Amino acid sequence: MAQQELIPHLFRTEFRKITSVLCKHFGIAHIEIAEDIAGETFLSALENWSFKGIPDNPTAWLYAVAKNKAKNQLSRNKLFSEKISPHLKQATPVYSETEFDLSDKNISDSQLQMLFAVCHPSLSTEAQIGLALRILCGFGIEEIATALLTNKDTINKRLLRAKEKLRNENVPIEVPSKEEISKRLETVLLTLYLLFNEGYYSESNDEVLRKDVCLEAMRLTYLLIENDQTNPEVNALLSLMCFHASRFEARTGKRGELILYEDQDENLWNKELISKGALFLNQASQGSKISKYHLEANIAYWHTIKADTKEKWETILQFFNRLLQLEYSPIAALNRTYALSKTNGKQEAIIEAEKLQLTNNPYYFVLLGELYEEVDNKKSKEHFEKALALIKTNADKTVISKRISDLN
Amino acid sequence: MEEFMLIFRHMDGQKVASPEQIQTWMKQTMDWVGGIAAQNKFVGGNGLQYENAKIVHHDKTVTNGPFGEIKETLGGYVIVKANSIDEAAEMAKGSPVLQGEGNTIEVRKLAKGDGVH
Repeated sequence: MAQQELIPHLFRTEFRKITSVLCKHFGIAHIEIAEDIAGETFLSALENWSFKGIPDNPTAWLYAVAKNKAKNQLSRNKLFSEKISPHLKQATPVYSETEFDLSDKNISDSQLQMLFAVCHPSLSTEAQIGLALRILCGFGIEEIATALLTNKDTINKRLLRAKEKLRNENVPIEVPSKEEISKRLETVLLTLYLLFNEGYYSESNDEVLRKDVCLEAMRLTYLLIENDQTNPEVNALLSLMCFHASRFEARTGKRGELILYEDQDENLWNKELISKGALFLNQASQGSKISKYHLEANIAYWHTIKADTKEKWETILQFFNRLLQLEYSPIAALNRTYALSKTNGKQEAIIEAEKLQLTNNPYYFVLLGELYEEVDNKKSKEHFEKALALIKTNADKTVISKRISDLN
Repeated sequence: MEEFMLIFRHMDGQKVASPEQIQTWMKQTMDWVGGIAAQNKFVGGNGLQYENAKIVHHDKTVTNGPFGEIKETLGGYVIVKANSIDEAAEMAKGSPVLQGEGNTIEVRKLAKGDGVH
């Protein structure tokens, strides 16, 4: 790998590791110092490697430099005695002997602990996702802004506020105790779920970036699975992510246009991810609790079978029925009604769809347009036109416009 | 929106249905409840087991039942959100319980825990 590719690559993989380990060491109050040191380390790499060439083991080089910078930081600024020490529980820290442990074990431990800190209930979901992308996934501010469809300023402010909050709340960097973990895990899983969805359903045009967001969400979820204190729900979530991610290649065309499920080439579905998904789903079936992730993973599993059988849609419908009883969401209500049309027929589905009254939701009208197709093409067209007026993204606009012109 | 309980009364709980019939009712019930949940109007619900039921009487004697003198029995309940009792009653019409002749669904508004009701 040439240097201009290597550094961004290492930045993505190593920045978050260095930050997590340092942050754990300094405490959440000094999250910015950890970020700064990690950032400076990469700056040094850029300067040094340009002159001296890439070292034999670039990662080890980065870790060594990061350690030195961290040590210098501690002694040089007297920061330790003036700022950090009062926040630390230990009475007499001896900074000269401080060892920064960048072993694989400590890296993954630190990242897991940071995951719980970042997903602290005191933060808003938006802030959790932003911080997770920055601290746990090593995304640049600009990348986060692109992925979340906003600007750098907003992200900077959001991250600043979030860090301040963590500082004020004095959030510990640790995996919660056995008693507390299930409650805290709920927030962590929801953040990871939303992080994945952010990548999967984002309206951002940057396809590579979106895929990265999804892969990062999966990596962090896997980090939880490796921790044996966590539960079947985590496996269910990762299973769901695998099934969805398996369709990544198939769901966009060569020109970036959206390809609907029905029209996807199933040869492009990633078989390896599907079988991994099945494996995690299997592991998720231990225990008696059925979470929304279990239900969604099962629905996603049935979507990996392309053939339009009665059994498939009946099973999907019943999972949606249960999912909606557990937790309502407009998208589940719409998908449930679509499944109903496949099992109980369009007439019944139309009656049920009319009851939903999600009249601000463009996809509500897409569903109605779809259900009325061939039943009453005039009505079908009217609904697609209503959808077109409400829809925001160009990709969706193209799909709906095509449906309308097909009806003419 | 207010909460209403739809209480299923079965005319004769002792009638035995075929497994296929039971399966059909199961699906119809799940689709009916799913339809309510899809409108974000489902609050909760459960079925009541027919077997091994007891009645505790005024004099605190306990008998097996409720199937001694009376045939009618409670089969379960669903709690829904609705704007009016009429809307709740309209929802009840979709329940497959009503396919059984003589069966009824009683619709009652839940008293709020405000100390007045």
